[in-house]
Amino acid sequence: MSTTESPPPTAITKAPRFREQLIGFHLLWGVVLAALGYFVCHWLGTKIGNHIKGQTATDQDDIAVLLGFLGATLGWLIGLGFFNYPLSRMMGRPASLIEGEEYGVWRYFRLCTDHKVVAVQYFVAVLFFFGVGGLNAMLIRGELTSDNATFIQAGNYLTLVSLHGTMMLMMMSAGVLGPLGNYLVPLMIGARRMAFPRVESLTLWLTVLAGFMLISAIFLGGFPTGWTGYAPLSVEARAGMDAYLFSFALIGISLCLVGLNIIATVMTMRAPGLYWNRIPVFVWGMVTTSVLAVLAAPVLFAALYMAALDRTVETTFFLASNGGSPFLWYNLFWFFGHPEVYILALPGFGIVLEILPVFARKPLWGYRVAVAGMFGVALLSFMVWQHHLFVSGINANLRPFYMFTTELISIPTGIIFLIGMGTLWRARIRFTVPMLFCLAFFFNFLIGGLSGVYLSDVPSNVTTHGSYFVMAHFHYTIMGGLVFATIGGFYYWLPKITGFKLNETLGKIHFWMMFIFFNLTFFPLFAAGLLGMPRRVSSYNPSLHGLNVFVSISAWCLGLSLLVFLANIVWTQLLLREPAGPNPWLSKSLEWQLPSPVPSYNFERIPVINSAPYSYGIPDAPPVADFGTPARLPGGPAITPEGGVL
Amino acid sequence: MGILVAATVLVVAVFFYIADFLAVAPPVLAASTQNGASTLTLQTVPAYGHAPEPDWVTYLGLDSNGHWHHTTIYQLPAHTLVHVTLYQFDSASGLRNPFLAQVRGTAGGIASVDGKSFSVLNGDDASHTFTVPDLGLSVPLKGVPAGAKNPCSAAPCALSFDHTTIRFSFVTPGPGVYRWQCFVPCAAQFFYGFGGPMQTIGWMSGELKVV
Amino acid sequence: MSAVGAMTDGAGPDVRHGRRILIIWAVANVIFVPIVIWVLGPHIPPYDASQQSTDQHNVNVVLSALATPVLLMIWVYFGYSITVFRQRGPEVVDGPPIEGDPRIQVTWLAATTVIVIALAVYGTVGLLPSSAAGAGGGQGPNPLSKPPNAASALQVQVIGQQWLWTFRWPGYGGVQTPYLVLPVNRWIAFHVTSLDVSHSFWAYELGVKADAIPGNDNVAFVRPTQLRSFQIRCAELCGLWHGHMNTTGQIVSQSAFDTWIAQARVRYQGVTQQLPPYSHVYYPAPDQRAG
Repeated sequence: MSTTESPPPTAITKAPRFREQLIGFHLLWGVVLAALGYFVCHWLGTKIGNHIKGQTATDQDDIAVLLGFLGATLGWLIGLGFFNYPLSRMMGRPASLIEGEEYGVWRYFRLCTDHKVVAVQYFVAVLFFFGVGGLNAMLIRGELTSDNATFIQAGNYLTLVSLHGTMMLMMMSAGVLGPLGNYLVPLMIGARRMAFPRVESLTLWLTVLAGFMLISAIFLGGFPTGWTGYAPLSVEARAGMDAYLFSFALIGISLCLVGLNIIATVMTMRAPGLYWNRIPVFVWGMVTTSVLAVLAAPVLFAALYMAALDRTVETTFFLASNGGSPFLWYNLFWFFGHPEVYILALPGFGIVLEILPVFARKPLWGYRVAVAGMFGVALLSFMVWQHHLFVSGINANLRPFYMFTTELISIPTGIIFLIGMGTLWRARIRFTVPMLFCLAFFFNFLIGGLSGVYLSDVPSNVTTHGSYFVMAHFHYTIMGGLVFATIGGFYYWLPKITGFKLNETLGKIHFWMMFIFFNLTFFPLFAAGLLGMPRRVSSYNPSLHGLNVFVSISAWCLGLSLLVFLANIVWTQLLLREPAGPNPWLSKSLEWQLPSPVPSYNFERIPVINSAPYSYGIPDAPPVADFGTPARLPGGPAITPEGGVL
Repeated sequence: MGILVAATVLVVAVFFYIADFLAVAPPVLAASTQNGASTLTLQTVPAYGHAPEPDWVTYLGLDSNGHWHHTTIYQLPAHTLVHVTLYQFDSASGLRNPFLAQVRGTAGGIASVDGKSFSVLNGDDASHTFTVPDLGLSVPLKGVPAGAKNPCSAAPCALSFDHTTIRFSFVTPGPGVYRWQCFVPCAAQFFYGFGGPMQTIGWMSGELKVV
Repeated sequence: MSAVGAMTDGAGPDVRHGRRILIIWAVANVIFVPIVIWVLGPHIPPYDASQQSTDQHNVNVVLSALATPVLLMIWVYFGYSITVFRQRGPEVVDGPPIEGDPRIQVTWLAATTVIVIALAVYGTVGLLPSSAAGAGGGQGPNPLSKPPNAASALQVQVIGQQWLWTFRWPGYGGVQTPYLVLPVNRWIAFHVTSLDVSHSFWAYELGVKADAIPGNDNVAFVRPTQLRSFQIRCAELCGLWHGHMNTTGQIVSQSAFDTWIAQARVRYQGVTQQLPPYSHVYYPAPDQRAG
């Protein structure tokens, strides 16, 4: 492709000296001002709390803690420099349209408006927090080797479970939209940046802050509610609950903004010729996920806000005795929570369907149906939330309706399987590491999906609700589905992001370990649930002891497999650094036609798209895009370098 | 080099996380056993009076040397008669479920308060309960009358402060760990009176380790 | 897939592969579906301690029998494809550019829709007033699945609190007991409620699960059919001792039950007088805080 010949745009001029770096806005000042903001606002909150003493729900002043978190957030954002641009504009000064892009390696430690830098920051952050959540999972399994709370006492066990669940849910919602979405969407649609680069950076730094804020719960006494934060238990809990409320709210804001940003980018910044029916299916995955995020996250925010008010100024939204109702929380939470489950599934669909044609060497079989399927999932996911409440005493007449809508979701999900099967038909399948993860996705997600049928059926749900069956089910869909697909995506795109190869052998060791031990860990848990083991317990029926020990050992091996992944990344990306070349997978997708790593402004000229990037095996297929200058639409006018039509 | 430093920092952080947060537990207090019977002496105080939570209500246990320990994990021998003496320094806050005003599972189905035996208390007079659900053992603890002249404000409370004395006996089962707790919503300033100390081992919930 | 082959030129491979996959799938079904129904089936919980759990067990067996062919179809298809269509060696060869066939897509959609509607109808039948299967789940204050003479069922109020289950018997002077003993072969109406946070009453072997939510009267019906004990657990996270909030219930004969409840009335006579009047929900000073 022509871009390989052109000199890369030179945005990185010279890295400033360390001394110059210390002044200005970046991570260091973010941390300092966040700490300062916390203590100032906490002190202020104590004063307010004292003023209305006896009105706080716990003896640890929730007003102070929540205000402290608010102060920390403001300090963090000021330190990172998010207020520079609006302030400059307000004072009538011309503000830079790009920020932080010219600082060499320091770009990664500050507000940067290059979508590729933000994506790498996201990647590191998500990997870190995924590690924290994973460590908690290992400790949970450690405790469950005994049928009574021994190693970790019952209260701390609940905090551990809550931290694991909340951290994973928070980070995996951003786990694809953040790193891969931000990196790939502009590249795949032929754009040079996201629609709102500063907002993009904001979502990242909010996510990072939220992660650490959640961890801070352990200094505030922990919280006992799991990721669902059920009221009224959450209302009576200690101040650790405030960490949950505030950090989850930050994630809600972040998710909503990420979604808006991606939708706006895809709507407005597609290269000429990239018609709606040529958009890569991964981008469709990101768009549908974004739609869910934009519509669902505000409901979460509202619910968390109400819970915070219940805890601080004694509104009684969720207390049955004073006119409120716990059902309000259940409905609000699951109205967010169920779309959230698909926020954790759709990116996986997108990744898998994007990678499958590359290694099957065939066009995607049924592109339009695949996109329709994703939108079907997105739409239906707003109509099923009360299936989490089948035995809670909701209106009994509604149960058949929610059972029906829940089972309806298997139609669009089934489409994803059909597309995968059609694409594999008479293909030339190569077993690369990303492809193995994609195939494992179908294996795991099938089990996850079929177990969902039991849960959706009300009579069967009576046994499985709130048991380890549910827990195994959603680990099969989220870990077996999304995490497998995401790791496959990382194996596939990391050489593009960093420009360095990953080790294939280590990758295969990682895959087989992870695949085998994942199934050995979670399949027996279906049985544990059916045999009467409730979720989130540190004490269980001694007859299930052997099963749990087996699962724990498998889980630790599963954890080890992820260390292999980490070792692979560290060794090949930081130490070995073997260049991958622009297109090691011989993909037809737009991003692989660029050099690895992608230069600062992506495209020297905005390309003109000729076709969807799946024309494998089609003789005389035109190149996916025309990078030449001046480009012309087929039979149309010439295109300006900025993408406009002359 | 940077990787090594980062790895070291992470390992240290993980170690502290496990050691300083997850694996912390109050000490185990062994009941003294003589002539085939054990003695367990406890007290409840309305406010602990010390860090980390000075205004939390709590149980304390007496060791054989006469020292009070801030713990709720008690070790008892199996299949043994245990004589429990409870000094109760807190005032009444009333049971949420008055059923727990019934004395259950003790020797003779009774307990005594200040020397007078009883099998049912008035639920509103209960300040705490000592309940081991798995053993069917439950004793309501009568609170110090309102308007006490000499209330105790910090643990451990000497017997010169206003208190009630509750005595009862029960027989331990076979070896195992049995949770026990208080059922009176007595956690001041928490919604439903059931947060904080009620949900923290070492305060109003604990374990009987029967060995 | 074989439809593609029949319609296009060079039909050979499509038909051949399609036929093989179908045969393997059929053979696998013949082997595994009976195994799931008759070998695995009897061991699928929640067994048969009550009419409800028997029905739920049957539902689980039916769902497993239906899920097996779907599972096998996907596994056989994927297994066959990645074995037969695998390209070994370093060279990268493109496959045939087969585009999506709308006829197959529509057929697939139609098939999945039929399955889904069948499942939904099957599940809904289990919830009809006449059915026992759906009666064991908590249905709120106005239950839909219930026995024909629901009013004459034995009323038991299940009270959850942090962290204890107690049971109140409005038909027996409102006595409250810390244990649950039920007569066999009689309809029981559980009225599940909570005094503080949310719990979930799970009588595992009975096939009963109903969330205990403050301010709500959650009704579930069960008809025990065996003389045996059953586990009671809490299935909704409720704080510190959530995992320990369990007890054991007993199904006994009607005469043994009558004796037991009569003894309980005598034994708890004193404390019964203190209890508030029987009600579907209680608000015992819910934001009560000690002073």
